[in-house]
Amino acid sequence: MTNRKLVDARGSFCPGPLMELIAAMKAASIGDELEVLSTDKGSANEIPEWIRKVKHEHLETKEENGVWHVIVRKAK
Amino acid sequence: MKILVVGGGMGGTILANNLARRLAVELRGGKARITMLSASDKHMYQPGLLYLAVGRTTPDELYRDQRSLLEPGIEFHVDPVEKFDLDKSQVTAKSGKTYGYDVIVIATGSRPVAHEIPGLAENAEQFYTEESALKMFKRLQQFQGGRVVIAVGVPHKCPMAPLEITFMLYDYFKDRGILDKTKIHYTYPIGRTHSLENVAKWATPEMERLGITYETLFNMKEVDGAKKVVRSEEGSEAAFDLLITIPAHRGMEVIEKNNLGQRGFIPTHRHRLNMEGRENVFVVGDTTNLPISKAGSTAHFEAEALAENIAAMVKMGTPVRDYDGKVFCFIEAGKDRATYAMFNYQNPPDPKAPTRAVHWFKMAYNKLYWASARGLL
Repeated sequence: MTNRKLVDARGSFCPGPLMELIAAMKAASIGDELEVLSTDKGSANEIPEWIRKVKHEHLETKEENGVWHVIVRKAK
Repeated sequence: MKILVVGGGMGGTILANNLARRLAVELRGGKARITMLSASDKHMYQPGLLYLAVGRTTPDELYRDQRSLLEPGIEFHVDPVEKFDLDKSQVTAKSGKTYGYDVIVIATGSRPVAHEIPGLAENAEQFYTEESALKMFKRLQQFQGGRVVIAVGVPHKCPMAPLEITFMLYDYFKDRGILDKTKIHYTYPIGRTHSLENVAKWATPEMERLGITYETLFNMKEVDGAKKVVRSEEGSEAAFDLLITIPAHRGMEVIEKNNLGQRGFIPTHRHRLNMEGRENVFVVGDTTNLPISKAGSTAHFEAEALAENIAAMVKMGTPVRDYDGKVFCFIEAGKDRATYAMFNYQNPPDPKAPTRAVHWFKMAYNKLYWASARGLL
């Protein structure tokens, strides 16, 4: 069964959702899924951009009631 | 009610003092008791390390005796906790003594872990301890020019530190007359020069004006000391003659060993500040896993809110307010100008252009801090 860890970065201006994800990646194992919750719409672009650059896997981005859910998988 | 504070840093000390004042009558009457356990009898003003690293303060300025900062009603022991038994509401300290509690506040802080990046600890200067800040300053004194790279780990204590050290180094090299032989290159983990968008909007043109180059989306992977390059997870590399790092941090080992939180950060309710799933366990400062700045001011404002709530719990059985995510950070923009950023969970900061007045206020706060630690400011 795949582990999915929630990274609740709602209301995080500093360090912000991407930095929270980078920190959470360190505690995750290869294959783990991480779901970032963000109230910053910029996360919908900047998180997938970083994920592509470091060659992890972007699974899904969706918006529900003003909260962006960006789901990724640690690939390495 | 027995209140146990674990940790004598900024968060634990402000919390204990604020609480002792609010519960002065209860402490005198024996209805409340506050005990603090700390690893040291000294209290360090950690933001001062930034100034130590560029020769603008001395180590003795950074310390006070912990006992001298505490309200008389607080029982203080230098006896660091080694085992947390949350189910039994007790801890065991290094001395072997067991301390029971009705309410516990965990404020053990965080620690730099440069050694987690291969080659970083051996090849970079840093300033998160007295020893390393002094070493960095001595290295700076010997530096005669070359390429200086600033590299930033995640998460790190004091989110303004990467910018502050960059601008302070610029002025340091300028004052030494070696700026024309020095190239400063700033790197940052996310896609702009600071996590706060409005701070980045100020910092980026400031770097361009000063001739400081920058690279974003740069997360350290390894440092090759022989070739003098730092490589990133993103596939790029930066060559250096002098590497300055703001290293990644973890919570304290005791938190990890007791399985209270991954990488030493305890899952914490963002408003009530209790450990998730525990009603009588509270967390302040760097020890939380909250998505806000690991900074002294965060610990300060959390401690004030929590002290008010614990006092209310003693007096009327219920907390009275939520922590709103408030953070206030000064931003040194060089040796004689500064600005600040204030924000919470709902409102982003809107920093103004740096001024000398804010810098001098920061200089004053470096002294006023001791009043903050006493719970007075």
